[in-house]
Amino acid sequence: MITITMPALSPTMEEGKLAKWLVKEGDTVSAGDIIAEIETDKATMEYESIDDGIVGKLLVSEGQEAIKINAPIAVLLEAGEDKASLANFKAPAIQPAAAPKAASAEPAMAMKSDGAKSAMAASAYPAAAPVRTGSNARIAASPLARRLAAQKGLDLARITGSGPHGRIIKRDLESVQPMAAPAPGTAGAPSAKETALFAEGSYEIVAHTPMRKTIARRLTESKTTIPHFYLTIDCDLDALLEMRGKLNALSPKDAGAYKLSVNDFIIRASALALKRVPEAHASWTDAGLLRHKHADIGVAVSIDGGLITPIIRQADGMGLAEISNTMRDLAERARVRKLKPAEYEGGTFSISNLGMFGIREFSAVINPPHSMILAVGAGEQRPVVKNGALAIATQMSCTLSCDHRVVDGVLGAQFLNVFRGFIENPLTLML
Amino acid sequence: MAENSFDVAVIGSGPGGYVAAIRAAQLGLSVAIIERDQLGGICLNWGCIPTKALLRSAEVFHLAQHLDAFGLAADNVRFDAAKIVKRSRDVASRLNMGVKHLLKKNKVTVIEGAAALAGKGKISVTANGKAQDVTAKNIILATGARARQMPGLETDGKLVWSYREAMVPDAIPKSLLVVGSGAIGIEFASFYRTMGSDVTVVELLDRVLPVEDAEISALARKAFEKQGMKIHTGASVTGLSRGVDNVTAKIDLGGGKTETLGVARVIMAVGITGNVENLGLEAAGVKIEKSHVVVNEWCETGVPGVYAIGDLAGPPWLAHKASHEGVIAAERIAGLKGLHPMDKSNVPGCTYCMPQVASVGLTEAAAKAAGREVRVGRFPFAGNGKAIAMGETEGLVKTVFDAKTGELLGAHMIGAEVTELIQGYCVAKSLETTEAELMHTIFAHPTLSEMMHESVLDAYGRVIHF
Repeated sequence: MITITMPALSPTMEEGKLAKWLVKEGDTVSAGDIIAEIETDKATMEYESIDDGIVGKLLVSEGQEAIKINAPIAVLLEAGEDKASLANFKAPAIQPAAAPKAASAEPAMAMKSDGAKSAMAASAYPAAAPVRTGSNARIAASPLARRLAAQKGLDLARITGSGPHGRIIKRDLESVQPMAAPAPGTAGAPSAKETALFAEGSYEIVAHTPMRKTIARRLTESKTTIPHFYLTIDCDLDALLEMRGKLNALSPKDAGAYKLSVNDFIIRASALALKRVPEAHASWTDAGLLRHKHADIGVAVSIDGGLITPIIRQADGMGLAEISNTMRDLAERARVRKLKPAEYEGGTFSISNLGMFGIREFSAVINPPHSMILAVGAGEQRPVVKNGALAIATQMSCTLSCDHRVVDGVLGAQFLNVFRGFIENPLTLML
Repeated sequence: MAENSFDVAVIGSGPGGYVAAIRAAQLGLSVAIIERDQLGGICLNWGCIPTKALLRSAEVFHLAQHLDAFGLAADNVRFDAAKIVKRSRDVASRLNMGVKHLLKKNKVTVIEGAAALAGKGKISVTANGKAQDVTAKNIILATGARARQMPGLETDGKLVWSYREAMVPDAIPKSLLVVGSGAIGIEFASFYRTMGSDVTVVELLDRVLPVEDAEISALARKAFEKQGMKIHTGASVTGLSRGVDNVTAKIDLGGGKTETLGVARVIMAVGITGNVENLGLEAAGVKIEKSHVVVNEWCETGVPGVYAIGDLAGPPWLAHKASHEGVIAAERIAGLKGLHPMDKSNVPGCTYCMPQVASVGLTEAAAKAAGREVRVGRFPFAGNGKAIAMGETEGLVKTVFDAKTGELLGAHMIGAEVTELIQGYCVAKSLETTEAELMHTIFAHPTLSEMMHESVLDAYGRVIHF
């Protein structure tokens, strides 16, 4: 008998929802068959079986949420086994994460006695993401420290190790407060203290989705641990708009077609500016500054129920058309929640654009492990003074949020000026 | 530098002091060690090491009496007490020479005499009535401890022995009363019982080896009684009347019952008291509580430049604890970065009786008392192939885990060679492994150590061989 367990589909994933079963009991399954769709904090992913067998029993029902990783979700019968052997199968207790008992986190090992195989190669985390603030995978820490961090919702990347060679040990965790981890239980039952402020019946409770919890956790972590400051600059867009019009008119009709947006120019300008001002292109870690070599630009995409930031990898090496088409593909797949973790984790810089909603300017929250995020406002015609005379120009205001641990004021200003240079002289984007 | 001026002066050359001296010398400091008696201190002259030599003789003797079980035969198996003692002294003497050599090799200056603090950075050393001054920027006090005396039950060196006389008997006494069932008392009880004495043990607390896990204590008692030892727990000796070559002891058995017991000799093993006297500690402002020097986690006494380690600085009274503190103190003095205080829950304890007892960390009861929800694993020697092949089927390996985190809280063992096995769990604890890594570890077959694996598996309902 083979026990299939909840896979760890991303480094940040602690639990998931069984969105859909694609097999039913009695079905024959071969390695590689997709047996279920799992909804994680970020995306809905297809789950392939790595074993052959007959589905003996589905242990969780469709739509069940908060299934801890490694919790058994189904049993496969191997060749020669029949349903009778299921009678001896005792499913380890599965508790929704919110239930207090689950805190005693039945160790993953306990499941292996049933012949469980870790059913997914996905637990080998994608290698592409350069820094994984949210992941405790490659940090020197004792096994006990790792487990305690996972249980308490602590991010080991933010803890300084005091053990031999900077290894994080149990004691190092004792003084650290959890970073506003989504409190278990908030989904079903808000605490009495919070609800007491509102008359009963005057509200309805909407359970948090995994994505909502992740947004809450990561942004709280960002705003409470990263010293933010903000720089705003106005960029003339007329030259860029003109060039965009010409380029789009030149797009081939069939293969190689493109339709450039202003945002595509902003992505390329950001990537080139990061290369030009490498000091600003870095991430803070306690061990040292990570100076990035490739501009991996995250672009916030609003999707139903939240947002996600797919990454355009090595955008500094891409032309405008390639950026444009890559972005369109990522955004489309983000909206149907089909991104792979490697496509939205990591990154070195991010862009949030609310221009299409008429927002003039705003400040964004840095998306760790990045040290800067560019908040882009609407391009609009404004009265400006040029050569001593009033004139009309199309301008867009951009606000850069900086992690002061990495980027000081002058450095941030330098970056913004280089960025504006690319936007206002769009021909230089061709270089 | 003046001839008698050092970066570090260590007072006492036991396992705390000489290790501190060598470590300080390794770190480039000039070091003196002051010893009033024998290099190596009690541990290797009159403690750990010579008793292990005696117990080894007892073990071989025990096996020789059970040769038939192994298909062997020998007639007229007997022993010569004088030779056993001589072997034990030879072992001690060899190690004493070893320490002398190590200190020399590390260029530690050895000063003979009794030391006392004599003002800031100053030590007065007296030998053969002559005093000399030694100055040192840092002083490590490592004077150890001695057997505690009980009013009315004082040792006399002839009939009522301390560990010291018990280690060099002229002959094996026909009968023996051991007062106190800690490691020292039980090791002597075990040695003399194996050599043929009628041994009675009196323990004030409700079980033998009272610092061990209750389950282990109970198994130890059962094994000792099976060997013919008489054990009274919850009892105390209220008086000793000394004859010419015998002692009559009054024993309060508790519950209003008393017993009068005539024995040839008595061994007092009721704890130890720190050697805090005549060191000039009070004048220097070193704080003393219950005959021990008060120190912080870095072995600092509060008086700048004065450190205390080992038995002098409080329990657990174990040589390896002293050595570890010696290293901490030396590294602290040298200003090494990234030091860690000792975690007392990682200090193992071993008792070399038959069967052996070894443990590290919290007992099951202590873990529960600390509010931990525990998972307990057990594996008996009777389920281990190597143990059966060795003819050592008596014993148990018990592990205590935190049910929530999988932290190994404690390990408790009784049986053959467990004093050698415990180190596996010490490494695990020190590395902060959880049950998962221990389960993943491959244990060689066939070994006694497989029981350590099985005990962990048992704690999680996965034991294979039982």
